[in-house]
Amino acid sequence: MRKIVTSVIAGIGLALACGTSVRAQDKELTIFWAEWDPANYLQELVNDYTAETGVKVTVQTTPWPDFQTKAFTEFNAHGDAYDMVVGDSQWLGAGSTQGHYVDLTDFFNQHKLGDVMAPATIKYYAEYPGGSGKYWAIPLEGDAIGWSYRKDWFEDPKEKEAFKAKYGYDLDIPKTYAQLRDIAEFFHRPDQKRYGVAIYTDNSYDAMAMGVESAIFSYGGDLGDYATYKVDGITNSKEAAAGLDMYKELYKYTPPGWGKTFFVEDNQAITGGLAAMSMNFFAFFPPLVNKATNPFADATGFFANPAGPDGKRFAALGGQGISIVSYSKNKDEAMKFLEWFIKDETQKKWAELGGYTCSQAVLKSEAFQNATPYNKAFYDTMFMVKDFWATPEYAEVLDQLNQNIYPFVVGGKGTAQEALDKTAADWKATFTKYNRYK
Amino acid sequence: MASVALTHLDPASRAAARGWSDLTIRNLFIIPTLVFLIVFNIFPLIYSLGYSFTNFAANRSEPWQFVGLQNYRELLSDDHIWSNFVITAKYVIVSVAGQMIVGFGLALLLNRSFPMKGLITTLLLLPMMMSAAVVGLFWQLLYSPSWGPINYVFGLGDFAWLSNPDSALYAVAITDIWMWSPFVMLLSLAGLSAVPQHLYEAAAIDRASWWYTFTRITLPLVSPILLIALIFRTMEAFKTFDIAYTMTTQPTAELIAIRLYKQAFQQWDTGKSCALAYIVLIMVLAITNLYVKYLNKVKER
Repeated sequence: MRKIVTSVIAGIGLALACGTSVRAQDKELTIFWAEWDPANYLQELVNDYTAETGVKVTVQTTPWPDFQTKAFTEFNAHGDAYDMVVGDSQWLGAGSTQGHYVDLTDFFNQHKLGDVMAPATIKYYAEYPGGSGKYWAIPLEGDAIGWSYRKDWFEDPKEKEAFKAKYGYDLDIPKTYAQLRDIAEFFHRPDQKRYGVAIYTDNSYDAMAMGVESAIFSYGGDLGDYATYKVDGITNSKEAAAGLDMYKELYKYTPPGWGKTFFVEDNQAITGGLAAMSMNFFAFFPPLVNKATNPFADATGFFANPAGPDGKRFAALGGQGISIVSYSKNKDEAMKFLEWFIKDETQKKWAELGGYTCSQAVLKSEAFQNATPYNKAFYDTMFMVKDFWATPEYAEVLDQLNQNIYPFVVGGKGTAQEALDKTAADWKATFTKYNRYK
Repeated sequence: MASVALTHLDPASRAAARGWSDLTIRNLFIIPTLVFLIVFNIFPLIYSLGYSFTNFAANRSEPWQFVGLQNYRELLSDDHIWSNFVITAKYVIVSVAGQMIVGFGLALLLNRSFPMKGLITTLLLLPMMMSAAVVGLFWQLLYSPSWGPINYVFGLGDFAWLSNPDSALYAVAITDIWMWSPFVMLLSLAGLSAVPQHLYEAAAIDRASWWYTFTRITLPLVSPILLIALIFRTMEAFKTFDIAYTMTTQPTAELIAIRLYKQAFQQWDTGKSCALAYIVLIMVLAITNLYVKYLNKVKER
């Protein structure tokens, strides 16, 4: 018996010893991201790096709803499972102030990334606190809210005529939210199983917040003053309430059961021939131009988020920057990888594979803008983006917003003003709790 | 015979030949379990009790402070939390009552001999063997107002079960009933088959009515095992997370376990979520204790 035990232990020990020695020889880097197409494109891209340097790079993924939870569980445990993480822009506050991310300011200045990447992407994906000149991430995947629509429905002469007779102007891509609403109402025909518009309503993470804030920003509202944490009179301004009211108005014209929807459902609204227009992040548009995944691929068009009543035009920012995890054991190797990643050729290849590069040179090139039907809309959008709070306590702030606006938008309880008044009060209490008003 | 073999080591056994005593063998079996229990259950339990009196947050590196009963005070005066408890109570009552009725009813139907009884019983047990997340996702499709078969079969048009704030919770409860009625059925079936046949024969000779036989013989003899099923299902329903989480995000269906998850792992308010976990634990313990007291009474009869 003792012999068996000894040999088993010896075997385990040997296996462990071999395991570690193998790891030490072949360098390996692990990048953590959410499970979606861009992560597959990134894996394809980094295979080139492996071919060049022999360093194996793996992109590990997890479904979106778990992404934040899983990443922060690892950070909080100071775990070294991931060397780099492609984190949401809202994570910058927690990542930087809690020491989860490596400070990349020197790297940033050395490579003059301020001139290489699009300004909005640096402001929201890399810098924290805003305007401090401290950088924690390299913009990797640019993204924002945009719209897809059914070109064939919009261009049908009969529909055009009927629309003009009813609303007094031509049926075309909506320039304002008011027009978007009219078009949604016009195409909303439940008896024909056709509906006006598909929007985000999932409140388990930031989906609905992204949809709502796009409307609020375009109506001239704001979520608060991100520098001073002032929320009273900003979060619950008349403009913000008008934006939220418009979102609630759009919910009327969604397909039935549209109460827990995010990118999958919004794309299904187009591929299933359900809706005339559908909101989504640009990163989810590639399947819509692919005939294998969208039977209406030829008839699907794209447009940038419309303006509010005063001509202000914004879109919620998605997208992520890549950061080095400070608990990683391969920080130097990760730094070398980033140096390769920011090269112009790499960025160009990244865009070709389907990634949304943030490199200004690539974005401005004709080749990029004409590469897909939605790249032009993406280019336009990337210069009018605004983001959610990025403070370390953003998860709490997001949950409070969800709790207050979801019952209004989906449940039809109360008014927009009440929902935002309650949000402002909750946020003020939260920011007070974290000593943000000094 | 069996008990003799357990208390005395057979002198001819290999263990005895190695000079192991009864005590050694007993310890060999018990100690790993005890260590496991202490490391993974009791230690975290006590540790989290400590956290519940602090403002510790797992995602912040700042030192935490002792805040006394503040977490408990804040939680118990929070309207959102109370509404979560009310939602959970509604859910427990509806889903456990449903499971008991459907489960016991099925057991009564199955408690006789008919062709293919074994196959049918096995098929009825299937829902309980599936992963809750899978069940949640499938029922989400079944309830779908656009292509779901439920609305089609019942002619409900495009009624949105899960997006309607009033029906979402009950839609989840129905799914839970579907999934866990077989469990109640299985326990009831065991209880029913243990009822001595001669009691029924005696009742038949006395020309007792079906109802009289059911309430005076079947129910009293099966009730201890039914109560055990009730205890298990109440405890489980109270802490339901997976099905509800995958099916809907309606605030009107936000069970206490979901709130707890959000507080602990999305907002990282560790201290406060430990306090909430303790409040839930105390409630479950209280309810279970009531049942156990009643169960003992029933057994005495």
